[in-house]
Amino acid sequence: MKKYKHNINAEIAYTHLFSKKKQTFIAALGVTVGIAIFIFMNSLMNGFEVASIEGLFKSTPHLRIYKNDVLSKSLIDSPDSTKVNLISNPKITSESKKIINPISLLKTLKNEPEVMGVTPNVSANVFYKNGDSEVSGRVSGVIIEEQNAMFNLQSYLVDGGYANLSGYQNGIILGVGIAEKLNLKMNDNVTVTSALGVNKLMKIVALLETGNKAVDKTLSYINLPVAQQLQKQSPSYITDIYVNINDFEKAKTLISKYENLTGYDVEDWETANASAAAANKMRKMMAFAISLSIMLVAAFGIYNILNMTIMEKLNDIAILKAIGFSGKDIVRIFVSEAIIIGIIGILFGLILAFILIILMGNMWVGGDIGFFPIRVFPKFFGVGIIFGLVVTFFAGFIPARKAAGLDPISIFRK
Amino acid sequence: MTDSTIILSTQNVGKYFYEPEKFKVLTDISFDIKRGEFVTMVGKSGSGKSTLLYLLSTMDTDYEGTLLFDGENLTKQKKERLAEIRNEKIGFVFQFHYLLPEFSSLKNVMIPALKLGKYSREEIEEKAYKTLKMLGLRDQALKNTSKLSGGQQQRVAIARALINNPKIIMGDEPTGNLDSKNTSIVFDIFKQLTSEFNQTVIAVTHDNDFAKASDRIIEMADGRIIV
Repeated sequence: MKKYKHNINAEIAYTHLFSKKKQTFIAALGVTVGIAIFIFMNSLMNGFEVASIEGLFKSTPHLRIYKNDVLSKSLIDSPDSTKVNLISNPKITSESKKIINPISLLKTLKNEPEVMGVTPNVSANVFYKNGDSEVSGRVSGVIIEEQNAMFNLQSYLVDGGYANLSGYQNGIILGVGIAEKLNLKMNDNVTVTSALGVNKLMKIVALLETGNKAVDKTLSYINLPVAQQLQKQSPSYITDIYVNINDFEKAKTLISKYENLTGYDVEDWETANASAAAANKMRKMMAFAISLSIMLVAAFGIYNILNMTIMEKLNDIAILKAIGFSGKDIVRIFVSEAIIIGIIGILFGLILAFILIILMGNMWVGGDIGFFPIRVFPKFFGVGIIFGLVVTFFAGFIPARKAAGLDPISIFRK
Repeated sequence: MTDSTIILSTQNVGKYFYEPEKFKVLTDISFDIKRGEFVTMVGKSGSGKSTLLYLLSTMDTDYEGTLLFDGENLTKQKKERLAEIRNEKIGFVFQFHYLLPEFSSLKNVMIPALKLGKYSREEIEEKAYKTLKMLGLRDQALKNTSKLSGGQQQRVAIARALINNPKIIMGDEPTGNLDSKNTSIVFDIFKQLTSEFNQTVIAVTHDNDFAKASDRIIEMADGRIIV
């Protein structure tokens, strides 16, 4: 019976779209706006989030391994459990801060699959002096190459390079806040005095600005052996081991593993920066809520405009049904119209989102942020395409199926 | 039971309207229509003749009773099958020209045949031209239907109803918008279809001359058949 397959459904869909170009364009525009805003807002939130986290990890490692202070105990416990062992006025043991055999510990940690970087650290509380003026602060003794690899130190240096430190044993990378207070410039000398009374005259080889005033006013980096000398300790003296892993979100779950592995205390970045971590969590929840609301608003916008386009064609649907088109044909015609409108709209939406992101990325916010931290995240463009196709499909399918199920007469009677 | 000379048959058909309140619009309609008959339905407006015609055309499935068409019980048929039957076997002309406004007259006429897929596009186009010519619309073929006059639109709708050589042609006042010259053209076409090609025509009409010239008149009043 059916000898020829004339693709009449596609022809009708095509004619509908092309004979009313303006209406098609407006419907596509509705999709464009929805998709562009969806991608743009998600990129905005994500860029903001990434920037905030990056700020946090400028000086904080994902995990820090250290030896906690312990109070002195009596050497031999009395076997008699009814008696209490007591040391009156106990003190912190002198060896307590030292990590024993750090070299092999570092090696063990480096072999862990999730570990991206490990570096030893000796921190000491010091006074920075220039003439009569003096500032208290903290020096961090580091292996500068490893430190730079883990924290991208170079990007926070406003003057000089990190490599200067390895070329100059008594060099110091000084926080800009300290330099300002002591009226110091590059290549000036500064006296560093430790709590143990060791004095060192150090040369400023670079200036550090993290953007965090509290850090910039206190912290400076020096070579590890110099820090050991300031503490009057041997070259095996290490107070902290900094560990960066591939996914900072997993830091908390690795605490007990590393505690078992090393036998020392492990602190993750969330514990070390409780308020920053809470802010991060809050930002995430906010981003999710905003993303979800935008999705809903965009989906409704797209649904509305396509639904309207189809409802205007209700009379045509009844005519098509009267001359023998089945409900399936009707659904096919209008879903393909919706999808074509969707594809056109999505394409322009991607372009619009791209332009918006570039414009936003060129806005100067200043501080340590610089330009607004928005980037083109391919992920959101991908999600945007899928989201757009799914929404336009249903925005075509739902009203078309509703109309296709009606008797043609019940449409004409209205 | 199935008499091959009978094309269409209704048994105890009834229908209600529910808006604005429940109202029985058709009561106990039973009749047979033979192949090749030219039947007109007359009656005052509100007598239910158009409503009945819509039931017969399968475009309204909300009724009680049984409808038999071309040896097939249509009452419990799926909507997909009813659409196929409308496409292949029924040609319907509405009271108001229901044409697709984005398409040319020619395309409007061709669409049911393209949907049916029995002939090639060229054959369909030729047949559509021929039918339009017969109705005096040869030079309007490529015009958009929204640019035609009411009478011209109605004739395009008639051409569309004829394109698939349906077993039955139904018209809800098919000549309502036509002048006397075109009315007589349409009447002659219907007459020719029934007598020469054994097709069947059912037309609702207010035109008494039109009705009198047909083979058989069904008169309705208050949802019942009187004659």
